Amino acid sequence: MKVKLDVGRFNPESEGDKSFRQEFDLEVEEYYTVLDALMQVRDYEDPSLAMRCSCRASICGSCAMKINGTSGLGCNTKIVDVIKKDGTVKVDPAGNLPVVKDLVVDMEPFWSKVREIKPFLQTKGPEPQDEYIAPQQAMLDLVKPVGCIMCGACVSDCTVLEVDSNFIGPAALAKASRFIDDPRDEMNAERFAQLNQYTGVWDCTRCMACVEVCPKGVAPMDRIMTIRDQIINAGIKNTNGARHAEGFASIVKRYGTLDETQLVIKTFGVLNPIVALKNIKALFGLLPVAYRALRKNKLPPVFHHKIAGVSYIKNIFKKLGA
Amino acid sequence: MKVAFYPGCVSKGGCPELYPATVKICEKLGIELDELEGASCTGSGVLQEKDRLLGDVLNARTFAMAEQKNLPIMTICSTCQGVMAQANKRLTDPDHPEYLEEVNTFLKDEGLEYKGTTVIKHILWILVEDFGVEQVKSSFVRKLNDLKLAPFYGCYIVRPSWALDFEDNPDRQQSLEMLIEAVGATVVDFEGKTRCCGFPILTINEKNSVSMVAKHTSTVQELGADAMVTPCPLCHLNLDGYQPKARKQSGISIHMPILHLPQLIGLALGFSPADMGLERHIISTDAITKALKESNPV
Ligand code: SF4
Ligand code: SF4
Ligand code: FES
Repeated sequence: MKVKLDVGRFNPESEGDKSFRQEFDLEVEEYYTVLDALMQVRDYEDPSLAMRCSCRASICGSCAMKINGTSGLGCNTKIVDVIKKDGTVKVDPAGNLPVVKDLVVDMEPFWSKVREIKPFLQTKGPEPQDEYIAPQQAMLDLVKPVGCIMCGACVSDCTVLEVDSNFIGPAALAKASRFIDDPRDEMNAERFAQLNQYTGVWDCTRCMACVEVCPKGVAPMDRIMTIRDQIINAGIKNTNGARHAEGFASIVKRYGTLDETQLVIKTFGVLNPIVALKNIKALFGLLPVAYRALRKNKLPPVFHHKIAGVSYIKNIFKKLGA
Repeated sequence: MKVAFYPGCVSKGGCPELYPATVKICEKLGIELDELEGASCTGSGVLQEKDRLLGDVLNARTFAMAEQKNLPIMTICSTCQGVMAQANKRLTDPDHPEYLEEVNTFLKDEGLEYKGTTVIKHILWILVEDFGVEQVKSSFVRKLNDLKLAPFYGCYIVRPSWALDFEDNPDRQQSLEMLIEAVGATVVDFEGKTRCCGFPILTINEKNSVSMVAKHTSTVQELGADAMVTPCPLCHLNLDGYQPKARKQSGISIHMPILHLPQLIGLALGFSPADMGLERHIISTDAITKALKESNPV
């Protein structure tokens, strides 16, 4: 079959505009992956095309790239599955990381964030005489996060990292959950305190991009949501994020549906002077927003009505201990 | 066609123009609405953060109500659609029938039971799949060929794909573009169309949230778009309501009207901008109104 590879290239040694697009018309086999096609280009058309790869079997994690704008591994994406109607496949270097050359990106920002969460087991007491014993189930629960191959596809597609490179990001947070949920690790309090900060778990938008692109089913966002809940359950509730989650639940429990005004009040802690003071800038920032909404007659109604059968909703919450 | 209508909180709250616009176009298109009065919030992914089972029970309750009426659910919000679709996949997982049984135990008191048969569809999908673009087009009286429109889907109607049945319904991933073309307008395609609007972190990290608004609206402005179209009222809240802040924060002079999908369909169906509540937007839609005056009848 024929395919046109449309490759986003970058040559640091060229003068002026260092990035350009180049198209390669190839004859490939039905079973070819995007990586196979790229290697054919490198071997027969243009040996200067730079890329990373090693295992060719989704194990080493070195071939993450953007394929038709979405991140994934070149070696587990078949051409037939992604070829567009016009016969092209668009390939670009991974996003949210600096490009070194062509499809090769600098992974240092990725690794430095993983290092930040201290990705190793830490204990507090004296070391046990023999091995650390961990229950079987606890290890089974870790299978998914342990499966991470550190490819960076999730980081490449993260919508928060697109606007804020300080966000710790999906891979590091999934890695953190791997140690939080490991019964042998004894640093949860420290880990929670770190991840509760700005740039930590609360900054995720829940966009699901990382869940969608991860080739190993790690589902980083699900891990992030679990950490959020663990943080709240540990009694750490001093963030707008925690107040938002708890406020949301309490409003739905009471009314059955959401009241946006009450949620803002709860999230910004308006009824608690100390919290409100911390959010004072944000609260003042709301004034022009509210004024504009008022002028356009689109402020939510002041009195929020309860839905029919709300007592059943309340009971469901109670039964589930929420 | 008759549907169990699930309007969601925002179409009556922060985007009060959406609910009446939807009701009007449905009447004209022949979609009979049977509103699910006692339905709760879907949890919008926030409740699921704390307790997935709780979210699934609340959604199963809504699905059971629609099942009793023997009607498909129609949503008008990408977030509601996605959260319900995810819940329904878990509840109808053929490998874990015991999960539905467990969930149903919480619905017993109210005399409800979900059997797992309810279909949930956003109006966007209903128009493209149940009606078909040609049939929708046959109801249009106006051709909006002067408009250049950028699609903006909202995360949960494009991800995660395991919940959205794209394989059986491949048009879903181009549905918005198909409808923009159907009204006679030109599609302004851009990669940001499936990214995040930033709304979920608006009260948590406003700077990042507003940066997202600035990024998407300024990108399509540069590409020559007259407006963006979205099937998600939460995206609308942020892209429209926080555009003034985005302008300030980014220093770019952005002016990008944001249309709800039902409003766009309504304009093509011959409704006036006032009928569709366009004057209730934060970002003025005057340019659209003007283009409309110069538009051609079909
Ligand atoms: S869900 Fe959160 S961590 Fe994952 S890509 Fe989206 S913003 Fe990033
Ligand atoms: S979580 Fe998935 S996508 Fe992210 S680095 Fe690990 S394997 Fe790659
Ligand atoms: S080459 Fe090793 S993961 Fe693709």
